[in-house]
Order: sequence, then C-alpha cells, then structure tokens
Amino acid sequence: MISDLFTATVLIGIISSGIRLATPYLFASIGEMFGQRSGVLNLGVEGQMLLGAFTAYYIVLRTGNLFLAILGAIAVGALMGLAMGFVTIQLQATQGIAGIGFYLFGMGMSNLLFEKLIGVVENINGFPAVKIPLLGDIPVIGEIFFQQNLLVYLAFLLVPIAWFVLNKTTLGLKIRAVGENPAAADSLGVSVVRVRYFTVILGGILSSIAGASLSVALLNVFQQNMTAGQGFIAVALVYFGSWRPFGILAGALLFSMVNALQLWIQVLGIPIPSELAVMMPYILTILVLTLSLSKGKGPSALTKAFEREG
Amino acid sequence: MKNLFKLISILLIAVLVVAGCTPAAPKTEEPVAVDETLRIAIVTPSNISDLAFSQSISDAMKVLKSEMGDKLEYVYSENMFVVDDAAAAIRDYAQKGYDIVIAHGSQYGSSVQEIAPDFPETVFAWGTTVDTFGQPNIFAYEAASDQGGFVNGVMAGLLTETKVIGVVGPIETGDAKLYIDGFVAGVHSVDPSIDVRVTYIGSFSDVALASEAATTHLSAGADVLTGSAQMVIGAIGKAQEAGAYWFGTQADQTSFAPDTVVASQVYHWEVILREIIALRNEGVLGGQTFSANLKNGGQVISINQGLDLPQNVLDMANTTIQGIIDGTITVQ
Amino acid sequence: MSESNKNSSRPTKFHISGIFDALMPIFATIAALLVGAILLLLLGANPITAYSALIEGAFGSFNAFAETLVKATPLLLVGLGTCIAYRASVTNIGGEGQMIIGALLSTWIGLSFTNLPGWLMILIAFLAGSLGGAIWGGLPGLLKAYFNVNEILSTVMMNAIAVQIMNYMLRGPMIDPEQAQAASQIPQTARLEVAYRLPRLVPTRLHIGLLIAVVLAVLVYILLWRTTLGYRIRAVGQNKDASKYGGVDVKKHIVIAMLLSGAFAGLAGMMQVYGVNYRMITDGSATGFTGNAGFNGIVAALFGQLHPILTIPASVLFGGLLVGANAMQRVVQVPSALITALNGLVVVFVVSSDYFRKRNQAKRVAFVESGQDTQPPGEAKKDLEEVTA
Repeated sequence: MISDLFTATVLIGIISSGIRLATPYLFASIGEMFGQRSGVLNLGVEGQMLLGAFTAYYIVLRTGNLFLAILGAIAVGALMGLAMGFVTIQLQATQGIAGIGFYLFGMGMSNLLFEKLIGVVENINGFPAVKIPLLGDIPVIGEIFFQQNLLVYLAFLLVPIAWFVLNKTTLGLKIRAVGENPAAADSLGVSVVRVRYFTVILGGILSSIAGASLSVALLNVFQQNMTAGQGFIAVALVYFGSWRPFGILAGALLFSMVNALQLWIQVLGIPIPSELAVMMPYILTILVLTLSLSKGKGPSALTKAFEREG
Repeated sequence: MKNLFKLISILLIAVLVVAGCTPAAPKTEEPVAVDETLRIAIVTPSNISDLAFSQSISDAMKVLKSEMGDKLEYVYSENMFVVDDAAAAIRDYAQKGYDIVIAHGSQYGSSVQEIAPDFPETVFAWGTTVDTFGQPNIFAYEAASDQGGFVNGVMAGLLTETKVIGVVGPIETGDAKLYIDGFVAGVHSVDPSIDVRVTYIGSFSDVALASEAATTHLSAGADVLTGSAQMVIGAIGKAQEAGAYWFGTQADQTSFAPDTVVASQVYHWEVILREIIALRNEGVLGGQTFSANLKNGGQVISINQGLDLPQNVLDMANTTIQGIIDGTITVQ
Repeated sequence: MSESNKNSSRPTKFHISGIFDALMPIFATIAALLVGAILLLLLGANPITAYSALIEGAFGSFNAFAETLVKATPLLLVGLGTCIAYRASVTNIGGEGQMIIGALLSTWIGLSFTNLPGWLMILIAFLAGSLGGAIWGGLPGLLKAYFNVNEILSTVMMNAIAVQIMNYMLRGPMIDPEQAQAASQIPQTARLEVAYRLPRLVPTRLHIGLLIAVVLAVLVYILLWRTTLGYRIRAVGQNKDASKYGGVDVKKHIVIAMLLSGAFAGLAGMMQVYGVNYRMITDGSATGFTGNAGFNGIVAALFGQLHPILTIPASVLFGGLLVGANAMQRVVQVPSALITALNGLVVVFVVSSDYFRKRNQAKRVAFVESGQDTQPPGEAKKDLEEVTA
C-alpha cells in the first residue's frame, strides 16, 4: 500500500494541493515578516485573516464584484493594522498580548457579523482559474502551476517582490535598520515610528488578503473560525524562514505539502491512526528546522518598543 | 510604589471576597411560573447557524415556536464548547426556573448528571446519548445517524461508476463516526467490492483542509463524496467543480449546491421534544431515552428533487428506508 | 538589582496618582466595556441590563464568585508559568498543549491505579501533571537552547500535536469502557474515583486547587527574587551576553525556565480534571478542554506585570470577566461571538493602558531622581523596565 504513494497522480496531487494550501500562508507570513523585520511581532494575524475573509465574502455575496471585495479586504486589513500600530507603536503596549487581543476581537467580530448579516452560508463565484497562455498548455506542469486563480499567482509573485523590496530598496534598508537598531536609524534621520506603522499596516493588509484568498478564491465560502489556526502557523513560518521571503516560501510549501501528503496517506488506506497523519506536518516542520544548519538570528529590536532618548 | 500597588490589589481582592460572601437571595425560591408559558433553555457546543449539529436543535425550536406561539419561550447559549462554561449555563438556567434545560452535546453528560439532582422540578434533556444516569428528571436523546448514513450509502453505492467513494470526516468519534460507519455499511450492502476511503482531518473548522481532502479523494478516482460536520462546506464546493455527487448529513445541504447534493440526512428533534413536553405535562420528568430515527420521523432523508436521479436509485432508497422502519433491514 | 532591596532602601511615598495607576487596568476594562456598549446597542440589547448581569454573574453571589475563582485557577497557574518564562525572555505560547499533556498523564495514572489512598493519588497526580507539562514545555526549551529553534514556532506546532494526541488517546487507549461499548463512542475517559478528586470548598465547585495556586504564586515570587536560580533566570532574560560573561549557563537556564513554565501549565490541566470535570472529554479542539486558559493565562500574567503576586488579582478579574460575560449572554441573549470580541477589546485596552501607568511612573522616578534620592540615575529606570519587560 505504501508503494501506492509513489505514483505520478499522487505526486501531482501533493504539489497542486500544496500550492493551494500554501497561498494564504504566503500572504500572511510575508506580511508578518515585514512587521517583524521592523521590530513588531503581531500575534493577531488569525483575527485579521478572519475579518478579511468575511469582508471579501460579504462583498462578493452582495455585489458579485471581486475587485471591490479585495479593496474591502485591503481597507479592513489596513484598519486592523493601523489599530495594532497605534497600540504597539504609539502606546508601546506589549506586542504579543496586543496581538492576542486583536486575534480575539477579529474572531469575535467576524463571527458576529456573519451571524447578523448573513446567517446561512451560500456558494459564491470567486476568482476563477486563469490559464496562462502557452505555459498553461504544458502537460502536467501547466496544470499544476499555470491554471490557478489570480490570488495564487499573486501570493507566489509576492515572494520575489518582498525579497527585492527588503534587500534592494531604500525602504527595505530602513525597515531592516529600524528592526536591528532603532536608535541608530533614528539618529540617521529615519522615522522609526513611520516605518513601523508602514510595515504593520502592510502586514494587516496582507493578512486580510490571506483570509480573502480562502473565502473568495480557494474555497468560495465563509464559515465561522474558518482559518482554524492558520494565522498562528503563518507567524510560526516566519521563524521557520528566518525572516527571509524565500525561507518562508520553503516553510509554507513544506508544511502544506506534508499536509497534502497526510491526506493521501489516509485516502490510500495506509494503516496509521488518522491523528498521527494529521500531526505529520507539525512534527516535520519542527524536525526540519531542528536539523537545518542555517538558522538566522532575528531582528535585534523585535518586540521592543522604541522611545527617543531624552 | 510597587508595594502600594500590591496593597491596593490585595484590598481589591478583599473587597471582592466580601462582596462575594454577602449572602445572596436564595434563587430557588423564585415562584414557579403558574401561567401556561413553557420556558425552555438550550445549551449548544457550536454556533446555532453552523449548518450542522447545533443548528439542528435550533431549527427544531423554531418549529415548536411556530406551533406553540406564546405558550413557548426559549433562550439559548451557543458556542459552549468549554464543558465547564456549559455546566455553569445549565445550572444557571435551572436556577432561573426554566422548565426544560436541553444540554445538546454528548460532552455535557457529567455536568447534567451532577446538576440534575439539585433541581428535581426541572426537566433536563441530554443529547446525544442513551444514558439517563437513573435520574428521574433526565431524558436522554440520540440520533440513529447510522440509519441515515446507511440509506445514503446505498444510494451512493448505486451511483458510483468508478467504484471509489470518498468520505471527509472531522475526528474519528461520536456522531460523525456513527454516520460514517452506517454509510460504509450501506455502500457495501450494494456492492462489497466498492472502495470507500475515509479521511479524518482532525478538526471541525478547517474548511481549507476539508476542501483539499475532497480534492484528494477526487484525484484518487472517487466520483461520490460524503462528509460530516460543519467544515464540509469546503468539500461540497470541490465535488461541485468536479461534477461528482455529494451526500450530506445533519442539515439539508441541497440549497448550497443544487446540482451536486443527492440527499441529506436531516434531524427533526422537534419530534422528540414534543414527546418530552407531553410527558412533562403528565408529570413525567425524565428517566426515558429517545432515538430520532427514520421510523418516528426524527430523522428524514431529504432527497434533492431537482436532480434527475435514476429510478432504481430512488426505488432502492425508499425500499431501504421502509426496510429500516419495519425492521427487515438492520444497519450493520 | 533586587527590587525588594531597592524598595527597602527608599521610603515608600504615597502618591495619589499611584492609586490611579493601580486602578488603571480597571479603568481600561471599563473603557473597553463602553465601546462594547455600542455593539450591544446595535444588537438591540440594553447595555445597563447587560453589564449588571455581567457583574452579578461574576461577583454577585457566593456561588458566582466561586465560579469566578474556579475559572481563575488555571489562569493563575498558566500565568505563573508565564512569569517565569517571560522573565527569562522565552515566549512560551504553548500553554494549551502543556495543559493537555499534563492532564493526559495525570488522568492516565489516576485511572490506572484505583486502590491507592486518595491523598497519595492526588500527590502523584500533581507530580504527573507537572511532569507532563514540563516535558511538553521542556522540549521547546531544549530546541531553543541547543538547536536555535524559535520557541514561538515550536510551541504553536506542539499545541497542535498535543490536540491530536489527546483525540487519539480519548477515542483509543483511554476511552471510557462504557463508551467503547456504545454506538456513539463519545471520546471521553471514565470518571476518576471519588477519593481521588480534589476536595471542594462546599457547597460550590471551588476546589483547593485555588489555594495551592496562591501558595505557588508566593513560591514563584520567592524563586524569582530570593534565590540564585531566580536571579540567574532573570539575568538571562535581561541580557544574555552579559549573563554569559558573568558565568551563567544561559542555555541551561532557558531550559529550566521552560520546564518550570510547562510544569505550571501541566498542573493547571491536571486540576481541570481532578478538581472540576473528573474526566477528560474532547470535542476535537484544544479549547474544548482548556477553555483557552493556555492563552488567557498569558494575558493574566501580563496584566499582573509578570509579577506572580499581582497575577493573582489579575487572574481573578479576568476570570470574573469570562464568567460574567457568559452570564450576560444568558440574560440579554446576544450571540456568543460578541463575548469573544469584547474579550479582545478588554485585552487591547488593558495592555494599552500600561502606557499611561508607565508614563506616570517615569514622571515620579524623574522626580525622585532629581530630588534627595541616593540611588544612581538609570538604576531606577532600569528597574522600571524590568518590571514591565
């Protein structure tokens, strides 16, 4: 039975499932990475994802307009980011706890709004699969990689963009400087507060889009608590990726593909308890990181509020 | 300054303790409502709009309300997934003099067992289970989900062409397992060679993983799917995209995907609640067990009339339902 | 370094604004509830009725207050573990998983040996619960100290793993023999022997676990501020490099902090079984068992400024809020999702209010520094940072 796993169908299945499952993680983790690189830990990703998922779903349900839905998710994410920024940057609140507060708020509000504004879930027409000309026609590979919906492409495109912004632009330099040594950055005329606001709001927006990618692109439904802890996994993946976009990509794909693999293990009837299958991605993520030799050091000023001397 | 802070905190606690210790008015003395209005309180583990287990009891209450009008008043506490919070709610409702307190979750058993003796005048209904703990004021109710699962399974077995059927479950216990076991038995009663593949995703809320589980089943050749609990809405969508059939349980899922859902097993708890209310009016406060099944109408197979199903499938479904009702077919 | 020394070397002065500071979390809670009132109005509920029900439900009667304390007990225990870990600069968010493993191990032992004297079994269960939690907390500690695996990652993952272990054990090896026979197979263990249950302060559900937790809070205070081990744990948290040069084995102390932190969470899990439910039941999720205490305990500890003694009132207030909010839902019949949102608002407001408290404190420190105080400048400020780290 185990030999059943080594077939083309299974391999293709695992890769394409992995790509879909990784999409929300990429948005949310890259957003979280920007925040952390500038020194702000946001544990509220889950709440931002849920509110984004709800907003986008609600707008599509009422208007059918996907563009508006993404705009709505961006607006809600930006607001959540702004609030998180105000609390952690302006008021210098303990970041981890503020994040837990926003997580609870986002979860409660999205549930409440769903119950009051919608009530019963309906199917919607979300982002359709877009076949990329030529590339999409390649057998097997085309099907896996180039016949996805727009948000999937965007999530994967975000990785090199984030890498570029972080490493090759002045903005990226400022973000890293603020995260490593805010006092020095400040003395060089970089506004620590402004940079952190920027990254935290960006993080909120990307988390919100991560939620929207579930509700209006990959699943086309909304359900209470539908993110089921993915927001926390997204934060964990930032550590897995050592605060680097391509590291996060590797982590998101590893976690998602092992998750796809465990489903195949169950489908093929390989006799292990279902619980053991379900915990495989979690165990493997820890194991791989433990054995990996290149683990970066985090931003020095992570979780530390900044206050000008004097 | 810190010492002062400590001192104040301690004072604060002291004040609270004193406030807490002032004898409260004994609540049990509240006059039992003499008017005709029946007051029911429900405690459910998840959301009452979950398209699944908790919604089923809420829907039943709506039916009763429409029948009884002003003679019924009901309140609910949803999302009581923490057993401890549920226990507090159950006790509180009993204390407030509700006539019937419905603990709609198998995990609430211990709490009901402990609380019921303190309120001998109150009727407690606990589902889904068969245990009344020998208490004169506890009714127990359960759903024979394996029966509905069996009927769904029979239809699925007739409809599959690939001879592969996929099942998406939450965790491997309780109502979900009962339904799935019945479903597998139903399929195999049609053709034992059909491959029924079961996945449990380890969660009641992970819609994305349920969706990928469905996709995995479909890639592995399944053309008929079923699943239990609220996260399956992710799976139904995938069945729809692939043009596969879907069988639902716990709520009528037809409206969600009209060209995909073949049949849903639906609970009608109002059938059982009517019996409990009638017994209470006769002065029987508990000690009996009820089962919502095909025979008493507490469980109904809602077949999607919009689908053009082959006649033999419909006939076989009806034969099976009839067989289970008159006892000629036993599930398992 | 030790603040008790510092305090004794400086006469405590009475400041009106000090009272104001101490009550700051309460003001913040009230502010959050005012925002919540808008939501209540939008939902068509009367906020005054709602909030009187909340206070009544949390502190209004002997029984209500007992329920609040029952809720506060696991928060306090997890909070104590949080105090230790966070003082060592380790972000343990694995309380949920540590509670589960502690509960599983102690329940398994309690169900396996049925003929022991009650006091002995309870003692063994305390040890087993702590051990289970310590294992589940110590492992991320080891991974962090020796393999540079970030503890936020490992504890998040290990929470998920613990849930699956619980689900497997409760439907498999540890299932109630009666349920194993039944068709529905509710995933729960058998009930513990009556002799093994923690004594209750009759006639409520309050068990002696609360008293034990309060004693432990004092012990944690002594550990952190009166022992070398505690000094080293805090030193590691303040400055790893300096500690290393000072001869402190940084890695060892990170592991010790996580072991202790996990042990307290494990104990909280054990008490939920031995003191409240007398059996383990799962609904498939962590919160079904823990009631979110693994996270709420962290919040309680931070409300208590990571001070074990202050964590006591913080846990009681937070527990009261949770119990009262449920009571409020029952009275005004609003969707329970509102309670979660409200809970989040309170956390955000209280954690933000710290800013004003710190600002006031800094002002006073500045006043003292410019005055007659002999303490070298900077020292007090550093101490302040330590308190609010």
